[in-house]
Amino acid sequence: MTPLTTPRRTRPDSPPKKAERRKAERPAGVAVTAPTALQQIAAEDVLFRVRDLRLWYGDNEALKGISLDIPRNQVTAFIGPSGCGKSTFLRCLNRMNDLIESARIEGEVHLSDIDIYGKDVDAVMLRRHVGMVFQKPNPFPKSIFDNVAYGLRLERKHNKADIRRIVEESLRKANLWAEVKDRLDDSATGLSGGQQQRLCIARAIAVRPEVILMDEPCSALDPIATGKIEDLIHQLKQDYTVVIVTHNMQQAARVSDHTAYFYLGDLIEFNPTKQLFEQPADERTEAYITGRFG
Amino acid sequence: MTERLTRATLGTLPARRRLEERVARALLLVASSLAIVVLVWLIGRTAAIGLPLINWNFLTATQSRFPAKAGIGPALLGSLWLGGLVLVMAVPVGIMAGIYLNEYARQNRFTSFLRTTIANLAGVPSIVFGILGLALFVRTFGLNQRGAGILIAGALTLAVMSLPIIIVATEEALKAVPQAMREAAYGLGATKWQVTKDHVLPYAVPGILTGTILAVARAMGETAPLILVGGATAIFTYPSSPLDVYTALPLQTYNWAAKPQAAFRELAAAGTLVLLAFILTLNLGAILLRSRYQKKLKW
Repeated sequence: MTPLTTPRRTRPDSPPKKAERRKAERPAGVAVTAPTALQQIAAEDVLFRVRDLRLWYGDNEALKGISLDIPRNQVTAFIGPSGCGKSTFLRCLNRMNDLIESARIEGEVHLSDIDIYGKDVDAVMLRRHVGMVFQKPNPFPKSIFDNVAYGLRLERKHNKADIRRIVEESLRKANLWAEVKDRLDDSATGLSGGQQQRLCIARAIAVRPEVILMDEPCSALDPIATGKIEDLIHQLKQDYTVVIVTHNMQQAARVSDHTAYFYLGDLIEFNPTKQLFEQPADERTEAYITGRFG
Repeated sequence: MTERLTRATLGTLPARRRLEERVARALLLVASSLAIVVLVWLIGRTAAIGLPLINWNFLTATQSRFPAKAGIGPALLGSLWLGGLVLVMAVPVGIMAGIYLNEYARQNRFTSFLRTTIANLAGVPSIVFGILGLALFVRTFGLNQRGAGILIAGALTLAVMSLPIIIVATEEALKAVPQAMREAAYGLGATKWQVTKDHVLPYAVPGILTGTILAVARAMGETAPLILVGGATAIFTYPSSPLDVYTALPLQTYNWAAKPQAAFRELAAAGTLVLLAFILTLNLGAILLRSRYQKKLKW
């Protein structure tokens, strides 16, 4: 594994000036994160430790101070109505929001005790350890093989045989090998939507990340393809930590160990999935999961 | 409700809407026909006069006092040199500037001001670039005579004129690249340059090529700026080097068209045809390159 921290410089994040003022504007007592959530996960099992994370798109505060711990080798789901900040939060975990110029971030995100927004972390290296699968399957307009090999070729340290082996291994892990092994040189865009999404997962795991972030990975897929992805998530848990954003509460209930409910940029509740769905601690969570709103 | 479902109500559009539909179709058809008819008539007339005059002698001979002996040899060579130099000088810089502006530069007021300025420059009349070339390249840099690089002054002027067009075309092509493509690569830990060269550029190359070749073709058809920066409208010998005095196809054609003798004016038509063929070839090249690149991406 390449070291996460590199001596290379990163662009120092300009300190948000408006932030201080905004903190004061925030009415007290709104959206307290459930303190129980932080205590339930033993310290050695915590992979991501997030404290008071705030994010602004321009003047619009999209995350209003999120604190939570994401456990290692488990599936954590984020649910909530559209615009609640769950995707934005997910994209903070691999600094994908760095690509959005209007986004300004404050707070701490630690990955195994390393502050990923610290000066000694390069977002490029971070993303090799925190992979991502997107809402819409986005294979490159290249061959199936080249799609999976792309992440490996970025570092120019694998030889051809290694790449072949890892590509096969990744496609097997993504339950796609049997379907594509005879047409690895065909265009990836010729695959069905579900196959494309599994290809994107294979592509993500080929670089051997610690974490796979999934941003509504099934929202563009039919129920059968969705079922296959969900099975895959169960398998991936053995080797990876999975964080998944979903609109579909049944999906969260099926695949995840822990579930966080976001609403209007606040984390309302974060609990083991069974508990959150059966005995929600917050009445807003209950209102959402019983379908009374959202 | 059911009485409305009759053959009459389903079968005919109300008169007013039918009229509207017909008028719109007719107007649009007339407009496009007009453009095509004028173009076909112009090219047809030019070809009728010029085509019989095009032969090997015409393509290779130098200017002469006798219309029957006069040719476009030096002009053809001058145009090729100009085009080649513009390609070498303006295209790499223009494409790189476009990439920087779209992929690397922060999107703030300054860059949006720059962008607007460049877009405006793309619309500035070519004579203005000629004046700039005269003041800067010819007067200040001294590229003003035979041996001192007067052709370079012409090429530089055309290159400066093409730059904004190439930059704008590059930016437009890059803007059309879906953000999902960039995110996919960034998500795997690609650097900005890797994202740009592996995904953004291959995706955008067809658009960039088209815009760029159109810009070069436009530069090769320019007359006004070359007259200002010392392009000759007629020379009687081949230029001996790219630093020599030169003429170009549009200049030579302009020279003939302005002559009183009908025979020379007919040669102008032949010169125009060669220029047209030249530019069409360039555009065809753009199309071929474009389709080759699109095949390389596996859609």
